[in-house]
Amino acid sequence: MQILTYPDPQLKHESLPVERFDTELQAFIQELEETMRAGPGGVGIAAPQVGRLQRIVIVDVSSARKPVPNHGRMVLVNPEITQWKGMAVGREGCMSVPDYTGNVIRAEAITLTAKNEFGEHQEFQCEGYEARAVQHELDHLDGLLFLDRLVSRHRDLFRRKVYQ
Amino acid sequence: MAEWSMLTLVGEDRPGIVAAVTEVLFASGCNLGETAMVRLGGNFSMMLMVSRPTDGCALDEKLSSVMERFGLQLHQSAIIGELHSHLQPNLQLVVYGADRAGIVASVTAKLAEAGFHILDLRTDVGGSSRDPIYVMEIEGYADQEAAELEQRLEPLRQQGVEWRLSTIDLMVG
Repeated sequence: MQILTYPDPQLKHESLPVERFDTELQAFIQELEETMRAGPGGVGIAAPQVGRLQRIVIVDVSSARKPVPNHGRMVLVNPEITQWKGMAVGREGCMSVPDYTGNVIRAEAITLTAKNEFGEHQEFQCEGYEARAVQHELDHLDGLLFLDRLVSRHRDLFRRKVYQ
Repeated sequence: MAEWSMLTLVGEDRPGIVAAVTEVLFASGCNLGETAMVRLGGNFSMMLMVSRPTDGCALDEKLSSVMERFGLQLHQSAIIGELHSHLQPNLQLVVYGADRAGIVASVTAKLAEAGFHILDLRTDVGGSSRDPIYVMEIEGYADQEAAELEQRLEPLRQQGVEWRLSTIDLMVG
């Protein structure tokens, strides 16, 4: 599948919840995952990035350049963040915004609930780099890009979070 | 293909310089690429990548009235406009100390020895005129591990220079 890039208007739309957990959904999620893995360094992808305005994201930071705490491959359908803790500045980029990176403030730890591709309930507690990736992807579901959350590169409000 | 120049304009700082300069460039059919503009010790300093129409318009003539109005000096050089090819920094170094001559030279000498590629560097002088503080922020790329670089930088502490090296862990989603 092709990844849409800004200024494609679909990236600024709010996505709708998934209601049917069928084989079509599962096939789409598989293709979405292949698209994520083919991307340049992508550790996450959201359905609207390929033009499907539904609340579906995949995050997998298990092969990040530097090992970080992670849950492996997470398929998050209709995800909701229920708790946030801490704040940190980190550098983000996006497959939908090529050749630009910037600083974004995110919660350091989050608790979230979601369905998987089969409609089963899941709950995760994520921290650090993985929590950042999840928040970045969930923003896509609300039509937000990291560009909407940029903070100064030269005047960090918080000391940079180093994930190790 | 667009013809790119790097324009450098410097003058005593006052409000309205950016608007006046960029309005002239826009009206002359120019397009801006990446730019950096900052107030340095009471002077406003602008570096602008400018692509201009190939009709050979002389920018110094077009800018002359604005330059006169704001007391700006202009320098132009022809450049290759290499857009869409950012290098990603993987390290950030923040340095500070009581101001004295040679801090930038000694720090960057250590970095150059390590093959550290500086992508962004800013320095500032804070404190008071009696006790000035020098602060430098650098972002760049190095193949070397942060720990190896830290070893190289360690002797600077004996010279009264404090520093902190951190990795920039880019997350691409």
